Amino acid sequence: MKYTPHTRIDIEDMLKTIGVPAVEDLFRDIPADMRAAGYGLGAGKSEYEVLGHLKHTAGRNRPLRLNLTGGGFYDHYIPSAVDRLAGRAEFYTAYTPYQPECSQGTLQAIFEYQTAICRITGMDVSNASVYDGGTALAEGILMAMRVTGRNKIVIDKSVNPIYRDMIRTYLGSQECELAEVGPDGLALDMKGFSENIGRDTAAAVVQNPNFFGTINDYSEISAGCRKAGALTICSVYPLSLGLLRTPGEMGADIVTGEGQSLGNPLSFGGPYLGFMAVKREYIRQLPGRIVGETVDRNGKKCYVLTLQAREQHIKRHRATSNICTNQSLCALRALLYLSCLGEKGFRDTAVRNYTLANYAVRVLSDIEGVEFVNGKPVFNEFVLRFKDKADVVYSKLLARGISAGIPLGGYYKGMDDMMLMCVTEKLGKDDISMLRKELEEL
Amino acid sequence: MNRELLYEKSIEGRSGYALPVSGIQEEFPGPEYLRSGPCGLPELSELDIVRHFTGLSRLNYSVDGNFYPLGSCTMKYNPKILEDVSSLDGFSRLHPMLPLLPGAAEYVQGALEVLYRLQEALCDITGMDAATLQPLAGAQGELAGILMTAAYHRMKGNAKKTVIVPDASHGTNPASAAMVGYDVITVATDSRGQMDTAEFAERINDEVAAVVMTCPNTLGIFNADIRKISRMAHSVDALMYYDGANMNAILGKVKPGDIGFDIVHLNLHKTFATPHGGGGPGAGPVCVKDFLAKFLPSPRIVRDRGGSYMPGEGDASSIGKMAPFYGNFGVLLKAYAYILLLGEEGLNDVSDKAVLNANYILGLLRDHYEVPYDRKCMHECVLSAARQSEKGVHALDIAKYLIDMGFHPPTVYFPLIVKEAIMIEPTETESRETIDRFARVMIDAAGLAEKEPGVLRNAPVTTRISRPDEVRAARDLNVRYTG
Amino acid sequence: MYYTKDHEWVKVEGNTATVGITEYAAKQLGDVTFVEKPVTGKDIKKGQVLCDVESVKAASEVYSPVSGKIAQVNGSMEEFPGIVSSLPESDGWIAKIEMSDPSEASQLMNAQQYGDYIRTIK
Repeated sequence: MKYTPHTRIDIEDMLKTIGVPAVEDLFRDIPADMRAAGYGLGAGKSEYEVLGHLKHTAGRNRPLRLNLTGGGFYDHYIPSAVDRLAGRAEFYTAYTPYQPECSQGTLQAIFEYQTAICRITGMDVSNASVYDGGTALAEGILMAMRVTGRNKIVIDKSVNPIYRDMIRTYLGSQECELAEVGPDGLALDMKGFSENIGRDTAAAVVQNPNFFGTINDYSEISAGCRKAGALTICSVYPLSLGLLRTPGEMGADIVTGEGQSLGNPLSFGGPYLGFMAVKREYIRQLPGRIVGETVDRNGKKCYVLTLQAREQHIKRHRATSNICTNQSLCALRALLYLSCLGEKGFRDTAVRNYTLANYAVRVLSDIEGVEFVNGKPVFNEFVLRFKDKADVVYSKLLARGISAGIPLGGYYKGMDDMMLMCVTEKLGKDDISMLRKELEEL
Repeated sequence: MNRELLYEKSIEGRSGYALPVSGIQEEFPGPEYLRSGPCGLPELSELDIVRHFTGLSRLNYSVDGNFYPLGSCTMKYNPKILEDVSSLDGFSRLHPMLPLLPGAAEYVQGALEVLYRLQEALCDITGMDAATLQPLAGAQGELAGILMTAAYHRMKGNAKKTVIVPDASHGTNPASAAMVGYDVITVATDSRGQMDTAEFAERINDEVAAVVMTCPNTLGIFNADIRKISRMAHSVDALMYYDGANMNAILGKVKPGDIGFDIVHLNLHKTFATPHGGGGPGAGPVCVKDFLAKFLPSPRIVRDRGGSYMPGEGDASSIGKMAPFYGNFGVLLKAYAYILLLGEEGLNDVSDKAVLNANYILGLLRDHYEVPYDRKCMHECVLSAARQSEKGVHALDIAKYLIDMGFHPPTVYFPLIVKEAIMIEPTETESRETIDRFARVMIDAAGLAEKEPGVLRNAPVTTRISRPDEVRAARDLNVRYTG
Repeated sequence: MYYTKDHEWVKVEGNTATVGITEYAAKQLGDVTFVEKPVTGKDIKKGQVLCDVESVKAASEVYSPVSGKIAQVNGSMEEFPGIVSSLPESDGWIAKIEMSDPSEASQLMNAQQYGDYIRTIK
């Protein structure tokens, strides 16, 4: 298949204008000994063949009867309008809105997205997106180091281990100290935080609900940070904010998170959506694109990319970050999702997810030999302890077509018998009953 | 017509969403865990929302609606079949944790196979030995590449401090180098539009960790000295980094791995036709020579003897994780399908036609605009409105006039080294008639600059808004609706 | 008044040097939207970065033309950063520096030399 439109006559005429006899002559700047010998890719195929091939390949992904795998990445219901509207080519096939007159659609949508993120997190300003929840957190940490001029980071070990891996990669060549504290059992290690936060601390990093699904209040930690002149960074699971206390209310300075659950499919790991929202005083250190309101030359309200002088295409090596392409379409999907659910739907969905998780905890921990470990309210995810190793329990259930969660032994020492399990509003009472039955039969 | 925000259209009590009935009594955590007030999300019906966003979408120019020759961004046509592929249920609903759980990789063999085969194809295309698909955009690919560079030098005990970039480079190059803690040395462009080889020879020394080059560069010029440059770099154990943003120009013609480069990142959303989404998502896979493979982010996808695919064990030297899992899978899948569709001949045809189109534009416009580096170009050409600016008409005015004529403007004022730069990248999917129409409008603009500059300075007049006050936007920052 | 190749100006009164950007620099930058305020009381060496100046389309570093202690910063810049580009060589001054080596200033270009220099780079 080819998507180029040129006919033989087009090519001949165009070459005449250019003044060379053949297309090959346009590549004369490339020395002959640098030319590639060819690819081993084979011939192109028709659309019908490629679609057939990939349908077959997709078919090699086997369906599960029940999936309780979460780990910060969730299968929520996505209203059809999200796909239909985000799939409009005018959004889909445009690029970064450098020219405001012919990009007001994208610009206004980003402004509305920024507003939604500020509102749900309780913060003042949001950027237009970064790559994912992990890079958002890493950028948040780099930002805190710039703001404070300090380089010690105190991070809760119950922050998603995947994010902590990414942070270590991002900070790999920076001069900084990463102090990991807790968890104390599965509970917040307040002592660890208060002992580690000091005059050398750039930021404390926490997550709500944490990796284990536990809901916490971090007000005390943020108060401690404020006293020490450090910032508080909170990675938050956005859907929980329909119900739970916002990071803004807890005194966070920088809020980041994974926006996948807002209208983006799991899609085997991406594209996802990193969101970042901060207190107004830090806006100049916030990386990424930002859309601002202004007026045009006739006084009409409109939107533009603003504070671009912070960015790499202008400030080069002194920029706040190297980010250029972001996750704009995923941010649009998040806005569409939040709009479709609306105030009531968003709250109802959060309540449903909270209710289901805590209901599942009661039903499942009632099984003999199964114990609820968090011991506190949970959202979406929770940890159960089994008599067997969690790996064994997982494998047995997988043989019955159920992915029961994430065995924690691979991520945390001493948790070999624990499994992190996840329910969303896509599951119901019957699914939880079925899971109970399967667990009892093991 | 004033375009109200979603929030201004909200009507209290309106809703367009319902959950399934659960039969479970609602529960709430204690008040200390609850948010104190409403979120402030809009209350609208589904139709309200559909109208709102349909209306917004109409304010955009897009590849599907308009010629979009935005230089350096490769705004080519995105075949529709790619959307069908990525939304196949068997792919879009897959949980990325599965292959990391005991025995569950069996359930996602199709997705892992796609990733494995794409790794292989990209190594073939770039002339490299190993690939990671993790980086989530080109700039993140650069960061991964520079982090690997740092890891390599640490392992060898090399005391490296700097990274060399040409002054015509993308801004992400120096920004990525700085994020890893390197000082940036900028080498000037010579009169031929290439990095000045003589100046480079003076600046290259033992402290240089890497040389980052885009080839062809942002002026659309292929650097014929590249082998010489890479020999000089390698003689001081500096790595050669290829910024693949302009790979569209040399698909099928040159493999960066054959001409001295050690690390390559690709921008799949540019070269391999995945839509740009209003600013993303993209994907920025990185391919390297064998001696750097152990530093690649992990996991990479491997195939075992039995033919099963799985995420490989990370090497102890790996720089770690750039992404939570395997990269922007949805984007990777589209790029894979595109490579299957085009095959070897089709990819070769991409660069043929991209370069033909760019030179054709240059041929049509060279008498009407200053051409700062007057030679054959590759996939894009850079003109200057310097002549017009003497009449008080700037590149920006010409850009705005193009909007009135139904074209998305080229990139303007970049590369920074060209005064009044107009950077045109037509891409291979545009027809001769489209380019002819565009060129006629550009020629008209040059004429208007002489005779009626006011028309250009007043443009655009056909859009809902014209010439926003960007100074006000930056000074009186208003970045969310507060009503 | 003295001038640098990086387009800063210096006005010397006694031991105090008032520093700003030149008309030429202001024109190149366009309307200034933000100035990162220098820190009063800080010691600075000739050639070190005094502050960052941003416009909509550009960002530029302002280098200190002399060595000494930053004695005073133009307070108007915070609310009205545009003053740096609209009145660059008067009310839009950036900082006053107590010079540690007053001879540094006299090594810079005078108005005539700076005028010639600008013509060479145009």
